[in-house]
Amino acid sequence: MKIFLKYDFDALCKTFIKEHLDALNISYAINSINEVVIKDDFTGEKHSILSDALKKYGIEILTDQKSTLIERIKQAIDDMLDDDDNKNLKLSSYLSDTLNYSYTYLSTVFSENTYTSIENYTILRKVDLAKALMCNTNLTLTEIAYQLNYSSVAHLSGQFKKTTGLTPSAFQNIMKKKKNIIYNTRLK
Amino acid sequence: MHTTLLNIVLADDDEDDRMLFAEAIEEISIRTKLSLFNHGQELMDYLVLPNVVLPSLIFLDLNMPIKNGMECLKEIRSNSKLKDLCVAIYSTSSSENDIEETFLNGANIYVKKPDNFAKLREVVEKVLQLNWQYHTSNLNKDTFLFRI
Repeated sequence: MKIFLKYDFDALCKTFIKEHLDALNISYAINSINEVVIKDDFTGEKHSILSDALKKYGIEILTDQKSTLIERIKQAIDDMLDDDDNKNLKLSSYLSDTLNYSYTYLSTVFSENTYTSIENYTILRKVDLAKALMCNTNLTLTEIAYQLNYSSVAHLSGQFKKTTGLTPSAFQNIMKKKKNIIYNTRLK
Repeated sequence: MHTTLLNIVLADDDEDDRMLFAEAIEEISIRTKLSLFNHGQELMDYLVLPNVVLPSLIFLDLNMPIKNGMECLKEIRSNSKLKDLCVAIYSTSSSENDIEETFLNGANIYVKKPDNFAKLREVVEKVLQLNWQYHTSNLNKDTFLFRI
């Protein structure tokens, strides 16, 4: 038998962090999956226990200001794409308003540290979300285009093809076949 | 961030192709440490060494003597230590069947070998950037599929 799982990434991370912080008896507030406010004294020992505990799950406590800012930019982009009220806003003004830095500063820090621009990252992220919706839901391409705030299906298809080198239908086809192969080998 | 070296390997039996690839990767802004292998078996022997530092990206030619790229890909995906590595196919073939078969066997990126150096540099840079984003961002690795 095979079961399929769907994850709520946000809830998963928050519960996970909560359990670890509770175990250490720390008073805290979780602002987002990338940002936790520690209200107590967070001394060397607790810091290193938490840091070691999280490390094996691939979670890192950032110490460098710039990497922290980059994670906040990425989180803000996700928030914007996720929120129906915000997704019509201009990315540059949304980011500078949310993070309280000029867009020029944000985009310079981002480009200097991630090998890509905020705009290109956002396109990659949108295409990534489109891929997930194509694989995990029954939404049509038109519905996906609407949900991700593309002006038309043609716009989504064009950006998808340009970014991934595959048309949405070629991509879906491959993913479907891949799923069948995995399913058949597990049955054997 | 820029101080981290990205570990890259390439398995290709063509000496000229290996040399050009090494030159291209030298010229781009992402700092890398490149290891070269003459054929698939040499690469696989290296990957299973006990204390090996696993590469963050593997470039695989398809047509190679002794062990070809497709066989390597299948071995990598069925080895529990290696299965999560990012694999880019690097081949002269543009046959739709080859491309689909590599994706079905778990390749993340299919790169058609470019016919000039400027294009090669561009393509290598794009692959490295993509790989970097997938390693540092919350992007879905199950749908990590690109054709360049």
